[in-house]
Amino acid sequence: MFRNQYDTDVTTWSPAGRLFQVEYAMEAVKQGAAAVGLRSTSHVVLATVNKAASDLSSHQRKVFKIDDHIGVAIAGLTADGRVLSRYLRNECINHSFVYESPLPVSRLVVRLADKAQVCTQRSWKRPYGVGLLVAGLDETGAHLYYNCPSGNYFEYQAFAIGSRSQAAKTYMERRFEAFNNYSRDELIKDAIFAIRETLQGEKLTSSICTVAIVGIGEPFHMIDQKIIQEVIDSVEIKEDAAAAADQAPAQDDDKSSEAAPMDI
Amino acid sequence: MEMAAVKDSAILESGTERTLYPYVTGTSVIGMKYKDGVILAADMGGSYGSTLRYKSVERIKHIGKHSLLGASGEISDFQEILRYLDELILYDNMWDDGNSLGPKEVHNYLTRVMYNRRNKFNPLWNSLVLGGVKNGQKYLGMVGMIGTHFEDNHVATGFGNHLARPILRAEWREDISFEEAVKLLEKCLLVLLYRDRSAINKFQIAKITDEGVTISQPYALKTNWGFSAFQNPSKGAEGSW
Repeated sequence: MFRNQYDTDVTTWSPAGRLFQVEYAMEAVKQGAAAVGLRSTSHVVLATVNKAASDLSSHQRKVFKIDDHIGVAIAGLTADGRVLSRYLRNECINHSFVYESPLPVSRLVVRLADKAQVCTQRSWKRPYGVGLLVAGLDETGAHLYYNCPSGNYFEYQAFAIGSRSQAAKTYMERRFEAFNNYSRDELIKDAIFAIRETLQGEKLTSSICTVAIVGIGEPFHMIDQKIIQEVIDSVEIKEDAAAAADQAPAQDDDKSSEAAPMDI
Repeated sequence: MEMAAVKDSAILESGTERTLYPYVTGTSVIGMKYKDGVILAADMGGSYGSTLRYKSVERIKHIGKHSLLGASGEISDFQEILRYLDELILYDNMWDDGNSLGPKEVHNYLTRVMYNRRNKFNPLWNSLVLGGVKNGQKYLGMVGMIGTHFEDNHVATGFGNHLARPILRAEWREDISFEEAVKLLEKCLLVLLYRDRSAINKFQIAKITDEGVTISQPYALKTNWGFSAFQNPSKGAEGSW
């Protein structure tokens, strides 16, 4: 079980210059269900996979509204994510109170990163086991950031975190150059596509994903389940039609009945 | 018994003194939006009670990149406010992320500071005028000593509220040029000089636009004390001295 002698507390360096506990925290992010984010010049969309722990339970929330202009999607320890969401909400509301204006996204992200960094330098603490995709809109436009347990943060055009997020990243890497000019609906569509990549063949329905958006003239909010399902259906009908065209005409009937968009 | 006496005197000695009345004060500040930005004007007097004690007090200062602040009331409290704002702007710059506080943010910050102090029963004895331009957006607001605040196209503190604002209401326009704006403000300043005993004939006018801040050198206005109303001042004020 014991991996090595530098595994006890966060502040102990390995001779190779690594902090293993911090790296393990980064691994926790990869265990969580996937979350993706992508942005145009005016909008940012977040999408997550909601996996219920059992058939009898509901799933845990993975997207949180922080303020009218900021929202986050998390992957990793949900409990840690909730604590950090509360912190972010606090920072935003305090800024609104003192300055009567929204907190710039970049400042919020730095504060969050500083908070995470402290946990990598105190022996009696543990790093947060959660990664956050921070989507926000401010004076300088739409932004998407990724904050990780190590205290690092990066700004992205599009990014994915969590289990099998590599598939979503690959999908978006092929397409990101066009994202800047995307309409909000196109962004939502690609977010759902990217999420579907992480499912690796499992059927995507609106009940296992959450999609949220923030942009010019549009405060952060979750997209309606019905709209998500419509997007999924429109894609599947198109794909099935394409698949059917490849198949022998005899099989045509089977395929189209399978695509009945009522499987909620 | 003795212990109680010691305790009482300790409380008395540790009791704090608050500002119960101002000592050195500045009189009215007036400000208005104009075509390209915001313009502020104030005289440079500092009154010690009713004595015109100081004659070159700068009561208009620029705050950060986008704001101008004018103050009437207790001069030392204004200086303390300037210290707060210096720190605020310094910490804002230290983020080094290209974001900066605009006039709206500074105005709201000041409102919070003023109201907070009044809640401690220790107000900062000032009326403040905050003007500025950020991203082409003009802003002009006022904060009172107890945190009252509002925005308007033209504002004035103290006596200016009674003497200057009626003139501004009658003559201010949205598209007023800089030259016209200066003329209008000087008209107000002159009325204040004639009728406000604390006002002195040494003024500064400051403007702020998207290009930046300009605060004028001190200058005087030409006065005419030969108006017939000045010949026999008590004539129109029956029942006074």
